[in-house]
Amino acid sequence: MENEDRSVLEIKDLYVQYNTDDAVVHAVNGLNLTLKEGEKLGLVGETGAGKTTLALSILKLLPDKVGEIHSGSIVYKGEDLVDKPESYMLGLRGHRISMIFQDPMTSLNPTKNVGDQVLEVINLHFPELSSAEKAAKVDEMFRLVGIPASRKGEFPHQFSGGMKQRIVIAMALIAEPELLLADEPTTALDVTIQAQILELMRKLKEEFNSAVVLITHDLGVVAEFCDTVSVIYSGRVVEHGTVEQIFEGEDNHPYTKGLIHCIPSLSDTSKRLQPIPGRMPDPRNLPEGCCFADRCPFCREKCKTSMPEPHEKDGHMILCHLYDPKEDGNA
Amino acid sequence: MAIFKKKTKKPLSEYSTGELILFRFKKNKLAMIGVAMFMFVTIMILIAPLIRPYSMVIKQDIVHRLNPPSKEHIFGTDELGRDLLARILYGGRISLFCSLAIIGIAFVTGAIIGGTAGFFGGKVDTILMRIVDMLMSVPSALLAMAIITALGNGVWKLVLALSIGQIARFARMVRSSVLTLRNREYIEAAKCFGSSSWRIIMKHILPNGIGPIIVSATLTLGAVILSISSMGYLGLGVASPTPEWGTIISENKVNIQYFPYLGVIPGICIMLTVMSVNFIGDGLRDAFDPKSKR
Amino acid sequence: MNWLKYALKRILMLIPVIISVTFILFLILSLAPGDVARMVLGQDATEEQVAQLNHEMGLDRPLLIRYLRYMRDALRLDFGRSWTGNFDVLAEFSHRLPYTLLVSFLAIIFATGVGIPLGIASAIKQYSLLDYGSTFMVMLLFSMPAFWLGTMCQLLFCLTLHWLPVSGITNWKNFILPPLILGANTLASMIRMSRTSMLDVIRMDYIRTARAKGGSRRYVTRHHAIRNSLIPVVTQIGISFAGTIGGAVVTENIFAIPGIGTLLINAVKSRDVPVVMGTVIFITIIVGVINLIVDLICALVDPRIDLAS
Repeated sequence: MENEDRSVLEIKDLYVQYNTDDAVVHAVNGLNLTLKEGEKLGLVGETGAGKTTLALSILKLLPDKVGEIHSGSIVYKGEDLVDKPESYMLGLRGHRISMIFQDPMTSLNPTKNVGDQVLEVINLHFPELSSAEKAAKVDEMFRLVGIPASRKGEFPHQFSGGMKQRIVIAMALIAEPELLLADEPTTALDVTIQAQILELMRKLKEEFNSAVVLITHDLGVVAEFCDTVSVIYSGRVVEHGTVEQIFEGEDNHPYTKGLIHCIPSLSDTSKRLQPIPGRMPDPRNLPEGCCFADRCPFCREKCKTSMPEPHEKDGHMILCHLYDPKEDGNA
Repeated sequence: MAIFKKKTKKPLSEYSTGELILFRFKKNKLAMIGVAMFMFVTIMILIAPLIRPYSMVIKQDIVHRLNPPSKEHIFGTDELGRDLLARILYGGRISLFCSLAIIGIAFVTGAIIGGTAGFFGGKVDTILMRIVDMLMSVPSALLAMAIITALGNGVWKLVLALSIGQIARFARMVRSSVLTLRNREYIEAAKCFGSSSWRIIMKHILPNGIGPIIVSATLTLGAVILSISSMGYLGLGVASPTPEWGTIISENKVNIQYFPYLGVIPGICIMLTVMSVNFIGDGLRDAFDPKSKR
Repeated sequence: MNWLKYALKRILMLIPVIISVTFILFLILSLAPGDVARMVLGQDATEEQVAQLNHEMGLDRPLLIRYLRYMRDALRLDFGRSWTGNFDVLAEFSHRLPYTLLVSFLAIIFATGVGIPLGIASAIKQYSLLDYGSTFMVMLLFSMPAFWLGTMCQLLFCLTLHWLPVSGITNWKNFILPPLILGANTLASMIRMSRTSMLDVIRMDYIRTARAKGGSRRYVTRHHAIRNSLIPVVTQIGISFAGTIGGAVVTENIFAIPGIGTLLINAVKSRDVPVVMGTVIFITIIVGVINLIVDLICALVDPRIDLAS
């Protein structure tokens, strides 16, 4: 685990922005991230924190002309993807890195049958296989995600949401990718279906030993599924550590604390939930100091003027002035 | 304008929906060009008596027949020596006012039929919509011609003939927008508070559903101006010597080869008017629904 | 099998539409004032002769009886004779129909053949010179009356440059300009429609999914976007057909083509009720059938259409 060379993905100082007609939207602002082989990383944050932007940046699928990787590097297995040409990315997408999208209702083509949509991945990346081999692979994948292969000829609208997400997972995993980006794969689904899908992903992850980045705003899902967690706020990782460090440790970024306080507890009904006051800063107009300053209960003068430096202990990183070693006394 | 400029300082989120629509509309250059063009045409048509007395529309002057544009006759004269500018100005009155009347009639009747059908639903809806479907299945140009056959020529008969073809479209549109709005949560909420049907229609459904219908009315206006002139060209509805943009072109047909201005000028008048209306319509559409902007 | 059932159902649904349309038309046309028999016989005829003819034509009967008679005769393919000319309505109609259909189909082919690729190309290359150019063309075409465009083209290509014949039906060259003029408006709506539809589709999530699978931009456009963006456009073709046939009246008038349009316009001017009645009914049926065919094609292409409802 500690061996740096075995990292699958290493993102350094990534800045991504959307250049719209009215303004420049700073979606990702100096983000750092490392993912080791076989690791399951949870990426947590509010809507608009830049989670999906990050995933799309890795695949270089940001919206045309609008989305732009401004600076930084995305090193995947020793290759910096930022300056790789489109032709290189074509071989990567769906084959070595694949993505599961948030809404299974809209991420399948409504006019192609689901078998063909799964088969398409094989056609694109393994054109040398015979049609029989391809069909066998598709059937096997349908079996793995728990859909009878006899339903291959049906169209997306004939499936339920959970079944559609299984098909999307089949598409994402059929080429046995080394890295799977799952963008809120369970958000659009019922709770019972959510559990099934997570279980399926866990099973398939064991089967293919892919590294997984699970993007979500649901801390429960993270605690259940992931090894490590990165908390994202305003396009930066504000805290990173193992699930234990984040959920059971003493020290947390004030934002993470806030998030944890927002989880309702079944056993302890006496405590009221403590919502985080305010909103995330406008990404068109970011503050000078710490982005969380405005909403932080521990905010000081310093927080409003200067960006905090990352503070690290046993691989547990916190980006907050509270943990500055020079400061007197931790919170 | 001035009042509005003062307000631009406050953030966009503080504008009311109406202000936002106006703001977006005013930002749209093509739409503003359309408004200017349309206002120019309307004003010229309204002050026509100041430019040319009505007598010049029919006054024949064989000595000055087929005179090309000159100082005296800016747009030239036709075969009978009539001043083309005068004919276009007064012809515009028919083209423009009739099309406005057609849209008005179709809009009001369509809104009543569609609104009733959508709001009350059930049997009323089924019966009204069957009638609308029937009207829709006849191509509107043919329906208008059948009505002209029955009623004969005449400006108001033409207005009636062309509006019937449009009623069905408006009725459908109003109905579907009422239907989608009727099931919205805030209508449910208003019902729970005990608001009367009338109040719900006037206060909730109308302001929320009117946008797309106004847009469509504006865009249809352009098409109706074209229909009127086509009917005029075919000699239906408005008959010579009453001027109308289409009839002007039709009555000069034989002379166009050697005196092209007789066809070019009235045609450009129609085109610019329709274009201005279409610009306004497109601008309104983008203002009401910024997502539709491409 | 499902599709066949659906097709049969749609065909059966056409029948009440035809019946109600004929009734409405009959009602409208019965408002026509004036003494038809007098019109047919001329001023010299005696009152008795007029009454006699009125009786023969059944015009002294109540409206409903006249309607039922008309429908009975119509079922025997007898749509009556013209009041002003000495011809059978159905015979004259079928004699003229080929010209109108030819010009209309050529117009639709021109409009779709040029409009759809142009619309899709300008969506793919949004904000390019091509896009601005085609948008400008759409604006122009939507603002021009067809009769004016026709007259101007006639002036330019036929009278000035002498490339094409002015009017008539004797030469294949006679069938170049009319379809272009008739199709101009449809062309504009095809460009606009396919552009909007394509822009909608390329913003869809499933297009991004296809890109994420490793398909190149070109591949995804060809295999996912174009087909899906065409579905609403194909429906529009059916709808445009109604407008095209209506527009044929004007085009045939300009180019002196002896089709349905000229027949209808003469009948309307002379208030020849049986001819107007018959012609409008036939055209409505033709338009209805073409729309039906288009809908059936869409049902084959788009699996989302629920054939049961």
